[in-house]
Amino acid sequence: MLAALILVLAVGGLLAWQAERYGANAPRWIALMTLIVDGALLIPYFAGGFPEAGVWLDDIRLHWIPRFGISFHLGLDGVSLLLVVLTIFLGLMAVAASWTEIRERVGFFHFNLLWTLAGVLGVFLALDLFLFFVFWEIMIVPMYFLIALWGHENRAYAAIKFFLFTQVSGLLMLLAMVVLVIIHQRDAGVYTFDYFDLLQTSLELNTAWWLMLGFFIAFTVKLPGVPFHTWLPDAHTQAPTGGSVILAGVMLKTGAYGLLRFVIPLFPETVADFSPIAMGLGVAGILYGGMLAFAQSDMKRLVAYSSVSHMGFVLVGLFAWNALALQGVVITLLAHGISSAALFVLAGAVQERIHTRDMNRMGGLWTDVPRMAAIGLFFSVAALGMPGLGNFIGEFLVLLGAYRVDAAMTAAAALGLIIAPVYSLILIQRAFHGETREIHRIRDFGARELALMGFLIVATVWIGMYPQSMLDVSDTWLKNSLRGWGEGVAQPNDSQPPGERLADRGEP
Amino acid sequence: MLNYLGLIPLFPLIGFLILVASQGNMPRRWVPWIGAGSVGLSAVLAALVGIEFLSGSLEPYRQTLWTWMRVGHFASGFSLYLDALSLNMMFVVTGVGFLIHVYSVGFMADDAGYARFFAYMNLFVFAMLVLVLADNLVLLYLGWEGVGLCSYLLIGFWYENPENGAAARKAFVMTRVGDTAMAIGLFLLFARLGTLDIQALLNRASAAWPVGSGMAALAALLLLGGAVGKSAQLPLQTWLPDAMAGPTPISALIHAATMVTAGVYLIARTHTLFELAPAVLQLVAAVGAVTLLIAGFTALTQRDIKRILAYSTISQIGYMFLALGVTAFSSAIFHLTTHAYFKALLFLAAGAVIHSYHHEHDIFRMGGLRKRLPIAFWSFVIGSAALTALPFTSGYFSKHEILASAFHAENGFWFWAAGTLGALLTGIYSFRLVFIAFFGPENERASEHLGFAMSVPLILLGALALLGGFVSMPLGSVFPRSEPGELGLIAGIFTDLAPLVGVGIAVLLYLLRTYPVEALTETRWGDMLHRFWFSGWGFDWLYGKLLVNPFRWLAAVNSSDIADDIYRGIAAASQYAHRAFAATQTGQLRWYVAAFTGGTVLAIALGILS
Repeated sequence: MLAALILVLAVGGLLAWQAERYGANAPRWIALMTLIVDGALLIPYFAGGFPEAGVWLDDIRLHWIPRFGISFHLGLDGVSLLLVVLTIFLGLMAVAASWTEIRERVGFFHFNLLWTLAGVLGVFLALDLFLFFVFWEIMIVPMYFLIALWGHENRAYAAIKFFLFTQVSGLLMLLAMVVLVIIHQRDAGVYTFDYFDLLQTSLELNTAWWLMLGFFIAFTVKLPGVPFHTWLPDAHTQAPTGGSVILAGVMLKTGAYGLLRFVIPLFPETVADFSPIAMGLGVAGILYGGMLAFAQSDMKRLVAYSSVSHMGFVLVGLFAWNALALQGVVITLLAHGISSAALFVLAGAVQERIHTRDMNRMGGLWTDVPRMAAIGLFFSVAALGMPGLGNFIGEFLVLLGAYRVDAAMTAAAALGLIIAPVYSLILIQRAFHGETREIHRIRDFGARELALMGFLIVATVWIGMYPQSMLDVSDTWLKNSLRGWGEGVAQPNDSQPPGERLADRGEP
Repeated sequence: MLNYLGLIPLFPLIGFLILVASQGNMPRRWVPWIGAGSVGLSAVLAALVGIEFLSGSLEPYRQTLWTWMRVGHFASGFSLYLDALSLNMMFVVTGVGFLIHVYSVGFMADDAGYARFFAYMNLFVFAMLVLVLADNLVLLYLGWEGVGLCSYLLIGFWYENPENGAAARKAFVMTRVGDTAMAIGLFLLFARLGTLDIQALLNRASAAWPVGSGMAALAALLLLGGAVGKSAQLPLQTWLPDAMAGPTPISALIHAATMVTAGVYLIARTHTLFELAPAVLQLVAAVGAVTLLIAGFTALTQRDIKRILAYSTISQIGYMFLALGVTAFSSAIFHLTTHAYFKALLFLAAGAVIHSYHHEHDIFRMGGLRKRLPIAFWSFVIGSAALTALPFTSGYFSKHEILASAFHAENGFWFWAAGTLGALLTGIYSFRLVFIAFFGPENERASEHLGFAMSVPLILLGALALLGGFVSMPLGSVFPRSEPGELGLIAGIFTDLAPLVGVGIAVLLYLLRTYPVEALTETRWGDMLHRFWFSGWGFDWLYGKLLVNPFRWLAAVNSSDIADDIYRGIAAASQYAHRAFAATQTGQLRWYVAAFTGGTVLAIALGILS
């Protein structure tokens, strides 16, 4: 079942590529159908209810390169299930958003889109570090093509920058991974890349620090955290709408996922020492990203920097490592995925119509395109953390949890709540409110775009008003990751993630 | 009946959704039926619920709609809580809110954004009802931010003018500053007490913290941060005058009667916590006292009819804070209620003037409107009388209670003196407005066409402003019983005379002009003082210099992201190296031979030397 999730996308991608000869619409429909089929494969996991004990809803393990202990090991638990749903959902949105924007090499576009998604799904499911690395690389290459071939005016620069950043950081991860495997081999006598086996590795503190840093940097580049964020504004801005949706909505989440699945569980002792630094980086990202977002006049760049700010909350929450903060992280990942995807679709729609992203040339668009403006307002308001909409739940829980770990740091992070409206509302002001600076005779959202936005709006309200439905799904993962590590591979108590402060301390 | 409580906020929400879904395509004549009708339904239901509640034992009533979020020990539900305090607020929000909606049907009739206006208004009423009915602080925070959003949307309702947008953003961001303090307060309360359900939290706070404990003070202080932001008190008061950029019914509903008093409600709601921190209570009273004076002096100098009323609102909320600070909680809520009547009346009357007199805001360009705008005039007279607390108007009762309570509190003399001086100022600035705008030679250019929709709310609010002081909610079931105490002869005379003296001064300065005020403002010091007061005591200037400009400057100089320079540097360095090494590939044999020889010699030399 899990392998099928990835396989369907890969095959669908090939089909879409080949189907171009039957007209430009064929790849679009094939991509859409592929994603729907993929989504349908997930239904059984929701139908079955969620186990109280034992995290893994499903797993599959096949031998691959036995000599080095590499296996094709996929597993699905609550948090990966939510992220997989997000990936497929936003994949659908990306296809819908590209429907009229992409007119050249339509087949190859959808091939790349689906293969990126396949790579992302692999990242969310892999439980073998080598396999994880393979998927990590698979998702980068097609994304490079998406930016380089269908991007905007400065696409070559952005694509190469994106590629280099992720490649160099991926190399660090590979190095750290290999060293970890070798150390494990010295202790245990066998080569293995398996996640559960490697969790048992005992490391000297000094070595652990370096290995942890290798993983941390790789994932923080992707997240992105300050100061490794500078690839993001270029990549997001230059990518076609569908690419931006996938980048912001899904690909950034792989960084967060890596941190929560690998870095913290693998190196619990070091993480305890490191967490003030990581949380500090998170706070820096919140404030610095927010300030940069405010300074931009390019609409997509503004949204891109706002992602840096929002992902800062993720970093803070992850390294606070308690139930509240982690649930907040999961919700933030989902909510930010949706709201930033929506804002990129919106920016893409504006650009498709008036051929500029420069907000100095917009203004007063509300009068011409009230639907676009109202939807833009909705998602800006969601992004600034309005209670009742998704992003608030995530950020609130993160801060609520982080406060118990580090009150001062949390107070600093909360300043982000002041900066968020500063940049979100300036977007509304410059694009939709104010005087009309140039006359644009443009059409408002049509049925396809309204439907697309409708889904995103419903999702945002749902997360905001009834987050419990998602919290319940990730809860099983959470209980186990805070306690030990899964059934049958339960860790000895002394190697629990950093000390007592990692456990939810409950009532005072 | 009580179990229909959840429907009261639901009606306006449905109204909002219908209006949004119609995307402005709804026939205009339907819009008021949805927009005002939904709030009307809420008001009727609130009245029915209220009657049942008041005829019962006054025991608080709880209704949980659904679990919002639950993580470990943290749980927050969509739960409503009804007691005399929230009932009082609910009456104000739905009752006064409904009258203002009806008024808006007439006031906004010609506006292109008719449906959008009512959509935002309905959303506001929904959020405000959630705020006052919330059983836990997270849900309260939802309402709290929701009303802030609607305030932003409605201040910037006429979005073509960038100034309105700036005012709207200023309001949102400044209140967000306070809200963030409040959010941190919530984090702290949860970390220490393990719950955010208001009643459980207050019980645990009393059990865990002794009176005067530092933690209670810190928590109360953080909540106070939220309250001063929302209620436009020192030091976060400067957004409210600018918020007058919105349509006038908004100023009446949001920036006078309901939202700006949310801070007062918050402190009253969590009064147990504040009572654990007497020092913070003193601060609350001091904030109120200083704010009411600063705003009162500022109101003396304004020319814009709505800005005068805005500063007066800040000043009157100062009284409410003063009352809270001296633990006269029910007096604070009483004043909140009467203030909602008379200030809504004043704003709506100001709207009637603006509506009838060519959208004019400057009182010095009015004058002589008394005969031409009779309804507006009498509304202003009644409203100003209640605002000034002339005997037997609604404002008289509530303000008198506050001053009497203040007199007996710790440091009470000073609070009482500030309040009494403020009452004098109120008399001057209220009737300054009335005399300048309405008296003098008859104005030919004005004509009053208010219609049914606009005049009926004015008349009803006028009646409430006059008589509302005779009814009050049994708030003793919520707050610790405190008798206001008697003022004694001398203080009593001062308290009762101060407003009258204020009116008398206004008569001399502005009506009879026995002592023309220009004689004062044209002196050197008078002029400086006048300009200082006119600017709202320079707060905008100060914040601009200290916060806004540095932030803008930093953002502007760093707009291309200094962190990227590192990577651009690496890229440039490798390109430079690339060019340098490429230059060695000349293709000329002698260069290669020379380099080869030189390298060999160097290698041998290194080998020998080491």
